[in-house]
Amino acid sequence: MLNISGLNEGIVLDHIEAGKSLDIYYHLGLDKLECQVAIIKNARSSKMGRKDIIKIEGGLDKLDLQMLGYIDHNITVNIIQDNKIVEKKTLKLPKKITNVIKCKNPRCITSIEQELPHVFYLADERTETYRCMYCEEKYGK
Amino acid sequence: MRHMLNPLDFSVEEIDRLLSLASDIEHNLPKYAHVCDGKKLATLFYEPSTRTRLSFESAMLSLGGSVLGFSSADSSSAAKGESVSDTIRTISCYADIAAMRHPKEGSALVASQASSIPVINAGDGGHQHPTQTLTDLMTIRSLNGKLNNMTIGLCGDLKFGRTVHSLINAMVRYPDIRFVLIAPDELRIPSYIREDVLKANKVEFKEVNNLDEAMPELDILYMTRVQKERFFNEEDYIRLKDCYILDKKKMKLARENMYVLHPLPRVNEISTEVDSDPRAAYFKQVQYGVYVRMALIMTLLEVEKPC
Repeated sequence: MLNISGLNEGIVLDHIEAGKSLDIYYHLGLDKLECQVAIIKNARSSKMGRKDIIKIEGGLDKLDLQMLGYIDHNITVNIIQDNKIVEKKTLKLPKKITNVIKCKNPRCITSIEQELPHVFYLADERTETYRCMYCEEKYGK
Repeated sequence: MRHMLNPLDFSVEEIDRLLSLASDIEHNLPKYAHVCDGKKLATLFYEPSTRTRLSFESAMLSLGGSVLGFSSADSSSAAKGESVSDTIRTISCYADIAAMRHPKEGSALVASQASSIPVINAGDGGHQHPTQTLTDLMTIRSLNGKLNNMTIGLCGDLKFGRTVHSLINAMVRYPDIRFVLIAPDELRIPSYIREDVLKANKVEFKEVNNLDEAMPELDILYMTRVQKERFFNEEDYIRLKDCYILDKKKMKLARENMYVLHPLPRVNEISTEVDSDPRAAYFKQVQYGVYVRMALIMTLLEVEKPC
């Protein structure tokens, strides 16, 4: 069993689908942070069989929960203070996401007006379908 | 301040009020001749359109207002690279209301977010064209006296025809509406309209290839043009463009009180011999388009209905 030292203050992203931690690492811009970040791949999990975990030193302000909810709302966010879990946050699919994904419809106004924010709204929670606010084109994950 | 970007932005009750106003305008036109005195409509047309632009201009002039604007992107600052937001901010200083047509989808929404005057979407690419839908609703209501309990045949290009999609979206909000969708296999209604609109609203519909067989059961026949610009392949266009041609022979199969609508322009899908049939309503539809735009301009400008 691999031993990673505990976290005095920070965030643990738990229940990441095995193999997805590096995607999340880059999507959340963790590569650009100065603080310590630990990635644990293929950890044993009674719930998932295998899972990935990311430990990040520091406060929640470092994390874009909107982006994380969009990527995988099954991830658990544990807030650590004084080596203890003080809060467990469960993620939801965000109703609206801004500048997380880009509209690929060449007929969309965002294709010619670069400064417009790319805004998507959750059109169908059951099928996790997002549509562009401008052209209503479906975005496939 | 309200905008008209999508026909579904207005509730059924609001649409009813708008259509009643349009109907009153139709029957009492002189009464409305000065209700918009001193008001200005800006027509911002980034791509060519004869019918829609002139219909808006005619509507505003009939209300006593005046119009200004441009009719192609080349003659606007868009040619210099100006954004839609900056253009509408500028136009907001010149006019009281704007009607905008733009080739890109969502452009009217972008304009509305930056505008300090009401914006009417006069067509944003293949996305929405709400005043055509309002025109269609007014035509059906005026001719049939109601917007419920009827069978509507939609014929031709049901895949790319945005007027058809928009009309279906608007009509499913009324009770007892049935659709007969008449199209070749290649131009069938998109699955998202079939699943998310028709089936989701439990609306009765059937998809058929044969126009002749469908004719006797229809209260409204909405014809559409197979649009050349939607095809990548000339061969496909040539093969499909003459699929359905409505002529006198087919009209004999229809009920006495069935009406034929078409968003126009037509090419050859309605033979000119049908024009003299009292059930041919597509030119009346153009006239209704002016009345409904007058009603919309008045509604968005919050102009009081004259006594």
